Amino acid sequence: MTETGIALELSGVTKTYRISQGLFGGSKPLRALDNISLQLRKGEVLGLVGESGCGKSTLAKVLLGLEQPTNGEVHVYGQPFASHDRKWIARRIQPIFQDPYSSLNPRKTVREIITLPLRVHDVVESREWDKEVGGMLDLVGLPQRLIDASPSQMSGGQRQRVAIARALIMRPKVVICDEPTSALDVSVQSQILNLLMDLRDELGLTYLFISHNLAVVEHIASRVAVMYLGRVVEQAPADRIFDAPKHPYASALLDSILTPDPSLGVPDVNMDGNFPNPVEPPSGCTFHPRCPSATALCSRKRPEPVDQDSGFVTCHLHDPAHQGEMA
Amino acid sequence: MEPLLSVENLRVEIPIGAGLLKPVRDISFDLKKGETLCIVGESGCGKSLTSLALMGLLPRAARRSGDRLRFAGRDLLGLKERQMARLRGQSMSMIFQEPMTSLNPSYAIGNQLTEGMIRHQGVSRAEARDRAILLLEKVGITAAASRLAQFPHQLSGGLRQRVMIAMSLMCDPELIIADEPTTALDVTIQAKILGMMKELQAEFGMAMIFITHDLGVVARIADKIAVMYAGTFVETGTAHQIFDAPTHPYTKGLLSCIPVPGKTKRGSRLGAVPGVVPSLVGGVRGCGFASRCPVRQAACGKEPALTDRGAGHACRCVMDSDALRNMVWEAA
Repeated sequence: MTETGIALELSGVTKTYRISQGLFGGSKPLRALDNISLQLRKGEVLGLVGESGCGKSTLAKVLLGLEQPTNGEVHVYGQPFASHDRKWIARRIQPIFQDPYSSLNPRKTVREIITLPLRVHDVVESREWDKEVGGMLDLVGLPQRLIDASPSQMSGGQRQRVAIARALIMRPKVVICDEPTSALDVSVQSQILNLLMDLRDELGLTYLFISHNLAVVEHIASRVAVMYLGRVVEQAPADRIFDAPKHPYASALLDSILTPDPSLGVPDVNMDGNFPNPVEPPSGCTFHPRCPSATALCSRKRPEPVDQDSGFVTCHLHDPAHQGEMA
Repeated sequence: MEPLLSVENLRVEIPIGAGLLKPVRDISFDLKKGETLCIVGESGCGKSLTSLALMGLLPRAARRSGDRLRFAGRDLLGLKERQMARLRGQSMSMIFQEPMTSLNPSYAIGNQLTEGMIRHQGVSRAEARDRAILLLEKVGITAAASRLAQFPHQLSGGLRQRVMIAMSLMCDPELIIADEPTTALDVTIQAKILGMMKELQAEFGMAMIFITHDLGVVARIADKIAVMYAGTFVETGTAHQIFDAPTHPYTKGLLSCIPVPGKTKRGSRLGAVPGVVPSLVGGVRGCGFASRCPVRQAACGKEPALTDRGAGHACRCVMDSDALRNMVWEAA
């Protein structure tokens, strides 16, 4: 297998839920993911950002095989999800969740937690398990003496290391990091980020890094995708998007980063109103009611992605076909 | 002029099976009218208990003591619970992190907003309602009058936190203590709420104590900062003193941990503060940070005092100011 190429590819992935409208109201569709197309190149870190309710977590569930997309396809290392089962996906894609206090079973020891995947997949003989677990503990920087400890005896940082060891023991290709450091203290957060970067180099992993901490995403991601109401509104290399965001939503989001600079005050976020009700999304471009640059066209016509700077922007402002109307 | 709030050697002690837990040890600070103090520290450092101790809201088992706790000319240490209850909500109010748990789910927000004012100031229901509408508009809630009949579950997290802020302002307090008020919110909403709180502060002139672990928030809103570790302040100063010239090894370590856009090289290794906080049972012997400090020395066995290192910038460390200034954080 070569080091270049695509690790994970989503083409036109849509996920629709039916939301009940009460006893006689029937149900309405909620488009959690709306025609998402993304590629993760081997060895890269794709940062996925957006506010709560934008579909980040639904995307993670689809990628882990926990939810079936309503439409569209996912390929991992060139092979389609559709023709395989959950276990097959789990050997290739593993998650690391936000809260190591609830993602680890408190009644199990570290040994039991980390060997569970080996037990389920039955790929390693049971006498080899302890050796495997020992190796993983070394890899994630936990002392061997903790092998029989239970999560309740461990700190948040140690627990997150156990969660990482459990995710990596099946040697997955892609790791979905869903807010992996949000529940941790600042001094522990940096150690886990350093560990994740080391592991990526050592094991050639590809990360989808979901976070609302934009400073962390800027630090760790090589490319960034910004989501709004189920769509990716901008995707670009990290340095480009952080230096000069193109989509008005991406730009409002990045304006709200609070860098620790006491000579600056609280930034003025150039965005009106509230997050819309996803069951009744606005017409045209779903961001138009909050957009400072919206025109009549934006409420009428839904923008399509326009390729730009080895990424894309989904906005009429940057669509050459509509330059005249957006003036 | 006497400061609005003057705290000297505030202590909280909790008797537990194995001995005496000392989660807050000898905290001192002054706060003037209209000032913002940020108390920053990691989980378990005692910052939330400090705020509860100031409000007189500690759990029953905890004991509060101190040499001085004066607020607006009154000695809070000598007040009875009834007198304290009259002060809370009236002159000092509190905003908690999670608005869903601090609002009562079974009452409309209008009732909850007006209750304190009707009780404390003896105004009529209509007067309180008018003030509630005015404040909801001030915190940026549209159609404020119609919101009064809504219940907390009908509002989004950002709106609930705005309601909490409006509620804290109902009686025109002189002091607001906010414990991580924006931690549970999205970043765009966080920026809006922080901006709004600073505007309201400029308008009404209240003092604020802001408790958070987010160094970005601290830098943007604080006049004064206190860095808390293992139950006590290890460094205090103005926002510029703390961020431009951090002195205590813990502050330096903490600042090395966060990536700063534009400054930290993308993808480079971040700093770390290895180790864990010491047990606070029976108090801490010597400097609480010594076990994690890369420049610890024999003298650290005895707890150093918080001493002024010039222009009000104080630091609790045995090392002299020059040595601290030149110290570069490298994890032990």
